[in-house]
Amino acid sequence: MARVLLFGRLSDVAGWRERQVESPSLSALRARLAADDPALGEALGGRGVQVALDQVIVRGEAFLNATTEVAFLPPMSGG
Amino acid sequence: MIRLTYEPFDPGAVLNEFCGGRLEIGAIATFTGLARAEAGATTVLELEAYPGFTEAQIGKFADKARARFGLDDVLILHRAGRIAPGEPVVFVATAARHRRAAFEACDFLMDYLKSQAPFWKKEHGPDGARWVEPHDRDHADLARWDKETSK
Repeated sequence: MARVLLFGRLSDVAGWRERQVESPSLSALRARLAADDPALGEALGGRGVQVALDQVIVRGEAFLNATTEVAFLPPMSGG
Repeated sequence: MIRLTYEPFDPGAVLNEFCGGRLEIGAIATFTGLARAEAGATTVLELEAYPGFTEAQIGKFADKARARFGLDDVLILHRAGRIAPGEPVVFVATAARHRRAAFEACDFLMDYLKSQAPFWKKEHGPDGARWVEPHDRDHADLARWDKETSK
């Protein structure tokens, strides 16, 4: 069970911020989330959306274990 | 020091504490960013952070600034949560032996924070709420530091 976190506009699109999802890999997780909610699936693949696994930015495919924290991060803006 | 706070803070008090007990510094530059009301269009500015990750990412940039400008110290205090217009959102202080490094490092860190720091910003107002993403201007501001490096 990966712990999925959505930030910024992604949590508004989904209607949730945090959820446990059973998934062996990042691509399987994306497919699962998109199947449950096509609008979220599209938003997760949107321009500038990054992924962090256990608070480290990753690109491409990755395996997930039972305790992996997967965060989807839309474009950031502080200050 | 990098700190995230969900409570209002007093930039003057933070600056006084940062200045204390320094005998060889010579220069401290600061920037304070305040939440704007946008002529009534924004009643609350909401900033979402990713605690742990947000501080760690800002810390990496603070380390870059230290190395690049030869800073003696740097402090970044950033609000998260719901912020009223007029309240401080961010406070950056840079300490160096001489003023040029302190000024430039402060400018550099703000350009980074505006377009790269892990925060998600939502403006609430009478017409509803909207997410604010970095402007082209913010990306251009950050890019000018790369140009300066390659000169």
